[in-house]
Amino acid sequence: MTATIEPEVGKARARKEDARLITGRTRWTDNIVLPGMLHLATVRSPIAHAEIAHIDTSAARDIPGVLAVYTGADLDAEQSGMPCAMPVNGDATAPRHAPVAVDKVCFAGDIVAIVIARDAVTAEDAVAAVDVDYRELPVVLDMEAALADDAPLVHPELGTNKWAFFAFDSAEAGTGSSADEAIAAAERDPDSVVVKRRFRQQRVMPAFMEPRSVVVDPTGEQLTVWSSTQVPHILKTMAALTLGLPEHKIRVIAPDVGGGFGGKLQVTREEMLAILAARRLGRPVKWTEGRSESLLAAHHGRDQIQHITIAARRDGTVTALKAELLADMGAYLGLFTPAIPVFGAFMYNAIYKFPAYHFAVTDVFTNKTFTDAYRGAGRPEATFAVERIMDELAAELGVDPLQLREKNWIKHEEFPFTTVAGLTYDSGNYEAATEKATGLFDYDGLRREQAERRQRKDPVQLGIGISTFTEMCGLAPSRVLGQLGAGAGGWEHASIRVLPTGKVEVVTGTSPHGQGHETAWSQIVADQLGVPFEDVEVLHGDTQVSSKGLDTYGSRSLAVGGIAVVKAAEKVVAKAKRVAAHLLEAAEEDLEFSGGRFAVKGTDQGVTIQEVALATFTAHNFPEGMEPSLDADYTFDPENFSFPHGTHLCATEVDTETGRVTIRKYVCVDDIGAVINPLLTEGQVHGGLAQGISQALFEEAVYDDSGTLTTGTLADYLVPSAIDLPHYVTARTETRATSNPLGVKGVGEAGTIASTPAVVNAVLDAVRHLGVRDIEMPCSPMRVWAAVHRGQSDAGGPGAEAGGGLGSIDASGGAQ
Amino acid sequence: VIPAAFEYTAPSTVDEAVRALSDAGEDAKVLAGGQSLLPVLRLRLAAPTVVVDLGKIAELRGVREDGDALVIGAMTTHYDVQRDHLVAEHATLLARATDTVADPQVRHRGTFGGSLAHADPAGDLLAPALALDAEMVIAGTAGRRTVPAAEFFQDLFTTALAPDEILVEVRVPKFTGWRAHYEKFNRVAQAWSMVAVAATVRTERDTIAQARIALTNMASTPVRATAVEQALVGQAATVENIRAAAAHAAEGTSPTPDGNADVEYRQELARVLTGRALSAAVTA
Repeated sequence: MTATIEPEVGKARARKEDARLITGRTRWTDNIVLPGMLHLATVRSPIAHAEIAHIDTSAARDIPGVLAVYTGADLDAEQSGMPCAMPVNGDATAPRHAPVAVDKVCFAGDIVAIVIARDAVTAEDAVAAVDVDYRELPVVLDMEAALADDAPLVHPELGTNKWAFFAFDSAEAGTGSSADEAIAAAERDPDSVVVKRRFRQQRVMPAFMEPRSVVVDPTGEQLTVWSSTQVPHILKTMAALTLGLPEHKIRVIAPDVGGGFGGKLQVTREEMLAILAARRLGRPVKWTEGRSESLLAAHHGRDQIQHITIAARRDGTVTALKAELLADMGAYLGLFTPAIPVFGAFMYNAIYKFPAYHFAVTDVFTNKTFTDAYRGAGRPEATFAVERIMDELAAELGVDPLQLREKNWIKHEEFPFTTVAGLTYDSGNYEAATEKATGLFDYDGLRREQAERRQRKDPVQLGIGISTFTEMCGLAPSRVLGQLGAGAGGWEHASIRVLPTGKVEVVTGTSPHGQGHETAWSQIVADQLGVPFEDVEVLHGDTQVSSKGLDTYGSRSLAVGGIAVVKAAEKVVAKAKRVAAHLLEAAEEDLEFSGGRFAVKGTDQGVTIQEVALATFTAHNFPEGMEPSLDADYTFDPENFSFPHGTHLCATEVDTETGRVTIRKYVCVDDIGAVINPLLTEGQVHGGLAQGISQALFEEAVYDDSGTLTTGTLADYLVPSAIDLPHYVTARTETRATSNPLGVKGVGEAGTIASTPAVVNAVLDAVRHLGVRDIEMPCSPMRVWAAVHRGQSDAGGPGAEAGGGLGSIDASGGAQ
Repeated sequence: VIPAAFEYTAPSTVDEAVRALSDAGEDAKVLAGGQSLLPVLRLRLAAPTVVVDLGKIAELRGVREDGDALVIGAMTTHYDVQRDHLVAEHATLLARATDTVADPQVRHRGTFGGSLAHADPAGDLLAPALALDAEMVIAGTAGRRTVPAAEFFQDLFTTALAPDEILVEVRVPKFTGWRAHYEKFNRVAQAWSMVAVAATVRTERDTIAQARIALTNMASTPVRATAVEQALVGQAATVENIRAAAAHAAEGTSPTPDGNADVEYRQELARVLTGRALSAAVTA
């Protein structure tokens, strides 16, 4: 090994996980089979709001192979309530979120009983045999209706459907002036404009590939829980707190997990129920959901109404931004339900120098599936609102939307910059990303084509949408989470174990579920310790191995967990250096470490880290008083968030005769700081774009007027495939984060956060000259057509029947 | 997730299949390619006592010529229809419509006859069958009978098939030398048609000598756009003439509104897409 060894960091390596993940030759929760294992299935309410009058479980119990049927009443002494780690509403008691509803169901999908049987087929049959009488109650589904005085109450004990109110005001915080005053002044000033819009963030479903699954084995000294989760460490602690189990008697394992997108950032009822059932019956229990159960009952995302006001001088200088939201909690609070809009609260001002800013969110209960984290969690909503309103302001002022942005964004030389929301952006270069993007996009050429199509009244109009986004990643400085009332910190842990043969085990507290941490962490450690990439094994997801961690979400793994790995590696090198100095009979300060070798400066003498590892193992010849171990731990608590940014440009062709939107060109230039593996970041950007574009054009969880989810299969809930999405032109600029030693920022959510407004802005840009002011998401063909031909922005919205798909299949029909 | 229990039988001849259906009574279901039945079973929207699988009946597969018609076995997969040279030559419209069915996996499993017998108004093969005056050959306990497409499709998911009958083959008259196009409109590639237009024309020099047009998902059954056909015949195949004829496309339709399209929008789509289908067909 020589000092000229090629660095691993920056190499476009294919994932070391690929072989097992792509072929499926690995362990998912559902393919775990234990001796004597039982199967749990759920009886769910088909009614959105009702009192449970009576449950007759006798027929189900009589089915051979059924071991138990438990109702809420049967479990109530043990089942407790599901935890909310960040209730936002400090003083109030959250409504109870029982794993099995006891007296009353609050959404269609609420569990009313569970069945445990010898096999999954029998369990399903028994579910069908449980007879439940409901006394229906009036439903409340719409947030604005839910706040009316006479609205039916989801939780009557609260006396209101309003849960919490959270506000941030730059005048009160001392980070800026008063938004209300600035807006009032602008309204009086003929040289200013005020633009107000109401945007709707439709409800979407994470739709991860692997449905949720849990297996509980109560037969060992530690209760072992396998779960398809993003958060094994949080699950362990929360299971202990929720069910009153001793924490040290629980072991949680997240084996390979097939995607999450925030949808598995949850401690679930079904996990608690599998634990309760396994404990009662003394046998292992498995629960695996089907796709429809997943769409119905796993938490949903987004679902906000945003009232946005922007004030600006006629020269384009922005003077105030006000964001007032309603956020739909659904029927209950999950782990972070009320926190999601708050995670966006400090990002509405985005990259712009607003002197005055006000944010307020009102959380509302409705009779729908509860919401929680979904890729971006609060920040896509913020980015959508500000990037949409910047386009609206540009239209009002009659200026190019890109020039308007440039006039107001933070200049490269102004970093570090403390924003009106009180965050300090460490670095950024919006000019560089935008210049690169407009070049790749041919911005001027497409603007010319747009003008030409308008001129000749082409039925297919061209629109250009812009999103110059930023986001906050690297959840999170623990003290900030504390200020926001979270029940946990935001640090991350890593351990490095140097084995006798010089191979290395890296234990991370992050919990990958498709991202490629094993590859990236191996690249980092290979460089830090000077060992071959192949000699590094990354271990995660089993609390017996990875004893400490806060798991994976919020684009935090690299910017927090990766730094913990670096810091642990630095400790390993420091220890190894002392051993090397002893072995070489040299002073530590005379050694230099490079390419895995400690050399005495100016000589050819040296030892490799592998030789040091063996010497440490034998400990025959070792520094006096030194512990014979190179292993090291580090728990890293970030001082600041990281702030990826980028410029996304989208050109859409809008067929005004049919309403169809086709993405003609999509260019994104992301600045995610330093890159460990460009192939992995490219993958994250592609997947993120797909989800963000999909919110703009395809996905919506729709309930009918009775509160029944009408998009309960993937035939009705439109998840696009590759053929429905454009070719992406991706590129990067690299402005290193100054807040961490790797210079990294995070990439997992960038594509999702940036792309949704770029697409919607492009759609509107294509038809604005036809008098269209807004089109609600998803911009479906009918909605676009109705906007052009009827001036209606929300055609076919909530309350409608599902369109086509399996929802239209009549059970009595002639299916073949 | 898991279907309710049922008896399963996989006969190897049509006669055995008919007997199995007849013995099972009304609670039996016929399994062809399973692309519609299996999801319904798994969602427990249907719980038949007996499932009769036609997959082992070799005589139900394949395409052959019989005089001035093609005979397509009911169990011929979409993939086999799509790549069949006889279909390409003599029933081009059917080939083009089959190209648009779902995705390659579905086209390898799903069958022509299964799709017709399922009679989903959003299914893509009903309109071509109607436009081409296909005849359904049906086997039952009393022997075989033939039903024209126009009488076969009776309502939403309802056909002329009795519970103990099986669709065995489809006779499609040859439309050799006709140009064709199937214009499909859906939201994502794998989704059902919101509206689609099956159009096939015979041109003589630049004049439209004959035209056959049928619409998908514009009523509870496929609909022939006869007013459009009449308006086209004898006309020069110009953009203006096609547009004028296509303006009649929604006449006589009664589409069901849903979240993807209300009635007015569906009817406008029918007009626009008919124009596009015809423009594509005359230049195909």
